[in-house]
Amino acid sequence: MTDPNPWLTSQRQGSNLADVLERVLDKGLVIAGDVKICLLDIELLTIKIRLLVASVDKAKAMGIDWWEHDPSLSSRSQRQLAAENEQLREQLGAAKPAPAKEVPS
Amino acid sequence: MTAPRYVYAIGRAFDPTDLAGLVGVDGAEVHRIAHRDLAAVVSAAPSDEAALRARLERLDELAVVAEAHHTVVAAVAAGAVVVPFRLATIYRDEHRVREVLRQRYDEFATLLERLAGTAEIGVKLYVDDRSPALATPSTSGRSYLQQLSQRHRRRDEKWQHAAAAVERVNTALGECALDRSRHRPQPAQLSGAAGHNVLNAAYLVLTGRVTEFTELARQLALAEPTLRIEVTGPWAPYSFTEPGDRS
Repeated sequence: MTDPNPWLTSQRQGSNLADVLERVLDKGLVIAGDVKICLLDIELLTIKIRLLVASVDKAKAMGIDWWEHDPSLSSRSQRQLAAENEQLREQLGAAKPAPAKEVPS
Repeated sequence: MTAPRYVYAIGRAFDPTDLAGLVGVDGAEVHRIAHRDLAAVVSAAPSDEAALRARLERLDELAVVAEAHHTVVAAVAAGAVVVPFRLATIYRDEHRVREVLRQRYDEFATLLERLAGTAEIGVKLYVDDRSPALATPSTSGRSYLQQLSQRHRRRDEKWQHAAAAVERVNTALGECALDRSRHRPQPAQLSGAAGHNVLNAAYLVLTGRVTEFTELARQLALAEPTLRIEVTGPWAPYSFTEPGDRS
């Protein structure tokens, strides 16, 4: 293995969606663009997934799975989702400690 | 009529043919916008801002856009020094991209110089978070309680050992890296990985030492029986784009 260009041979080895998301959402250079886009950050994503997993598991355990057969209920409207994300962002903003950042030694 | 541009990264001027056939978000063709020795890697952006915003609020859509963004950055990083941009950096038109390149030329040039010849390696360390089963069926309430307290003690010890092991690995790797950055530990729901993620770090290493560094990480973790390791990359230096954070 003397390939001088390791990206070509081993890119994405062992990585998952979370690895990609934490880099493109939380890392990478932030330059203000002309279009204002408020991204879900990785912390918010984590909370959402936790809520989703918790509620779906709970409901399934109770034998409630009707939404899986009802297309109108299985996907909520975009507006509702955006509002919910906004609400989570506010809660997070209120409770958020300073982000953990390693001090270079 | 404006033609918005999505910017993936800034690179040192590279051969435009390197981008031939490369597609980005929504399958848009990737091209470069050059200014002096710098070039922005761009594609046509979705013109419906509201729709894009709504899409990025949904995990499934976000994942598709993130993968597209990452694929372009990785492809360019294979042939040139790049500074990856945060997801969804969009400008009104090509003229605006050129303006940003001109205005922030010094900042971009410094960053690119710092990142030349380097790559990012991701290292995740996991501890098995399952509780050990009670050794024998309890015959009395008293022995049950004894077993419980013993189990708690063992678990505490295990976590203490693991924390010390993580520190040893992190320190040793840090000494062999140009820089390091800590990410938030990943929840199992998002990564699907087994065990409890106790360290999620990125190290900046020379491109020529990627294999060596990866091997070192594996060896260090092998010496720590409480830990499981996952090494990812090489990545474009996403975690090292903050100006002047190199120690």
